[in-house]
Amino acid sequence: MQIAVLSGKGGTGKTTVSTNLAKLINVRYIDCDVEEPNGFIFLKPQDIKSKEVSIPVPYVDEDKCIHCKKCVDICQFNALVHTDRVILFEKLCHGCGACRAVCPTMAIVEKDRPIGKIETGYSDDMECLSGTLNVTEPMAGPIISKLKGMIDDKTTIIDCSPGSSCNVVKPLLGVDYAILVTEPTEFGLHDLKIAVELVRKMKIPFGVIINRMSQEDNATSKYCKDDNINIIGTIPFDRDIAVMYSKGELLIKDEKYKKMFTDIMSNIEEAIGCSL
Amino acid sequence: MKICISSTVDSINGLADGRFGRCPFYAIYDDETKEYEFVENEGAKAAQGAGIKAAQIVVDNGVDVVITGSLGPNAIRVLQAGNIKIYKMLGDKVKEQVGYYNEGKLISIDKPGASHMGIGK
Repeated sequence: MQIAVLSGKGGTGKTTVSTNLAKLINVRYIDCDVEEPNGFIFLKPQDIKSKEVSIPVPYVDEDKCIHCKKCVDICQFNALVHTDRVILFEKLCHGCGACRAVCPTMAIVEKDRPIGKIETGYSDDMECLSGTLNVTEPMAGPIISKLKGMIDDKTTIIDCSPGSSCNVVKPLLGVDYAILVTEPTEFGLHDLKIAVELVRKMKIPFGVIINRMSQEDNATSKYCKDDNINIIGTIPFDRDIAVMYSKGELLIKDEKYKKMFTDIMSNIEEAIGCSL
Repeated sequence: MKICISSTVDSINGLADGRFGRCPFYAIYDDETKEYEFVENEGAKAAQGAGIKAAQIVVDNGVDVVITGSLGPNAIRVLQAGNIKIYKMLGDKVKEQVGYYNEGKLISIDKPGASHMGIGK
């Protein structure tokens, strides 16, 4: 089973929710927020093994090139251009291989270009995976796909990027349940609606966790009630939480928060049970 | 010799476009026939690499000189590789640019502007 944790807006507490839940029920954690992965700060896995992720980019053998421009015309990403020779803009290349496929003289060979890394380690006996995109690299997709490819059907909690871009859609493919983390602010509500639209379109059952809750009656909980959205939990706006977070500690170390996440988990299990 | 001016419309009476990669049209002036030809910029709506696509169109049309507002780093790299000279437009009308060029009033562009500036203008 795969449970994804996402949010329309950044900084709402996805990593707090996903690391604490994963540790609480002792399942695999995977950090798909490859632009800013921070799950490992809290889970502190040991014996980390790191593997480079590359994408194949074209390299043109000028002796074989007949300047037919077929490779330039086929490229949907405008990564290739032809003046007196073919020039590659490697950061625009998605590594799809179309240019190589259409080249009539087989002048194009592919070379691996590193774009990031995947780290794996264990927090006690809990498996932790995390992807990191190299600074200045624009394309997170290949790392997320590779991360997703490394997991099997054992229960996994997937920590997503904020927003609703391809980088969120990719980890969401094939998940059984989505947790939407939000906060009771106007921005939080606006972006929650976008995330709700996304998971509804992808037909993924979901529930909402409202973080930094200071009063029960707010626009976000009203929206959820009006729209028949299941609020599976709330996390209080609390100085102790901020202090623990800033020290890189898991909240479930504290009994009262452990109880809070246990309640959230039983709500999730109930929701998943109903949606099966 | 061919001179290419980035343009907002397909008319020489229209406004020149300060964007290179995401302008809708290119006015291409041939100084032998003294005529303009308008080429649509297919790169304008590209999700990425608009400047590269646009530069390819310019190269394919055998242009020698580009007159525009500013270009991104990728577009400038392609045009320089194609030995195309780049000049900064003056005023705002398409039809005035060739005159300015012939009078030597235009300043050449040799440094790229910020990338992605054409989006959302």
